[in-house]
Amino acid sequence: MNDAIWAGTVALTGHEGAELEAYLARPLSDTPRGGVVVIHHMPGYDAANKEIVRTFAVNGYAAVCPNLYSREGAGVSPDDQAAAARAKGGVPDEQLVGDVAGSAAYLNGLDHANGKIGVIGFCSGGRQSFLAACSLQIDAAVDCYGAFVVNEPPAEMSMKVTSLISKAGDLSAPLLGLFGADDSFPGPEEVGVLSAELDKLGKEHEFHSYPDAGHAFFAVDRPSYRPAAAVDGWKKILDFYGRHLSA
Amino acid sequence: MCTYLTKKIKLDGAAKGASGWFTVSDGAVYVDHPFHACHEHTLNIDFTNPGEGPSARVAVELTEEAALALIEAIQTALAAAPPGLASASGPRAAS
Repeated sequence: MNDAIWAGTVALTGHEGAELEAYLARPLSDTPRGGVVVIHHMPGYDAANKEIVRTFAVNGYAAVCPNLYSREGAGVSPDDQAAAARAKGGVPDEQLVGDVAGSAAYLNGLDHANGKIGVIGFCSGGRQSFLAACSLQIDAAVDCYGAFVVNEPPAEMSMKVTSLISKAGDLSAPLLGLFGADDSFPGPEEVGVLSAELDKLGKEHEFHSYPDAGHAFFAVDRPSYRPAAAVDGWKKILDFYGRHLSA
Repeated sequence: MCTYLTKKIKLDGAAKGASGWFTVSDGAVYVDHPFHACHEHTLNIDFTNPGEGPSARVAVELTEEAALALIEAIQTALAAAPPGLASASGPRAAS
């Protein structure tokens, strides 16, 4: 077995031709493989997201995480980019879709790409993963505890974020949703409403809510980490992509 | 959760960042996952000058208790000084 990977920073073209910094990891073997676009959370492009990208490569996928805040300037540290992007109201939905489309095209242009694309996002990226799968032709989408997919954000939140439930009919891919039963954003009721809506629309989906886990249970560098939920969650993600991203 | 609420304010002062002192013109206050502090959520404050680019930033990530203690300390310090001593328009005349 050849489990060696290559990982490092690359440049790719995002929404409206913008050059984005991105972190790529891919197997060194010549086995045909699917691609995975990893959407980082709102605090930005960080070490934990890069580790997630490498994990996909170790498991046989080419994976890339675009720095959604690249437009805040080259050579600026990712935490400063995140703060600047937040002060401007965050990433507009249209721009996110364009950046994911560019990331998917980049993956499909790599040697040994089989043409299948998965998306995955955590926290705000969970909502954006759903958005991407409702806006682009995707083969498998994973939403890890994304809030505001169903519910509108509270009125005092001034960001450009709206419910996506009206787009559910356009969902182009099977959806795996992984949630913490103790989370409030999204709470179990919001998860239930989304599941019921997808049932009604006949959209393939598979949701799991873990007991004794709240928000961000995959985050190994944060107190919210819940090993049992995270270990099982990774197993479910790899099983899901194994079924939907093989040629 | 990633909270999307960002309270932005205009500020007038200076701060010392990674590349030295700069004039602070803006601030942002929000509760979200910290970048560095070992807590799930913190009260984050950015002291910035957007005119000098994203790197003109001093960031702090505080627990709720620390943030409230900071507010109290600021109010105590201002109350202990003559009115207007640190005002942009100078000390107010005693009435």
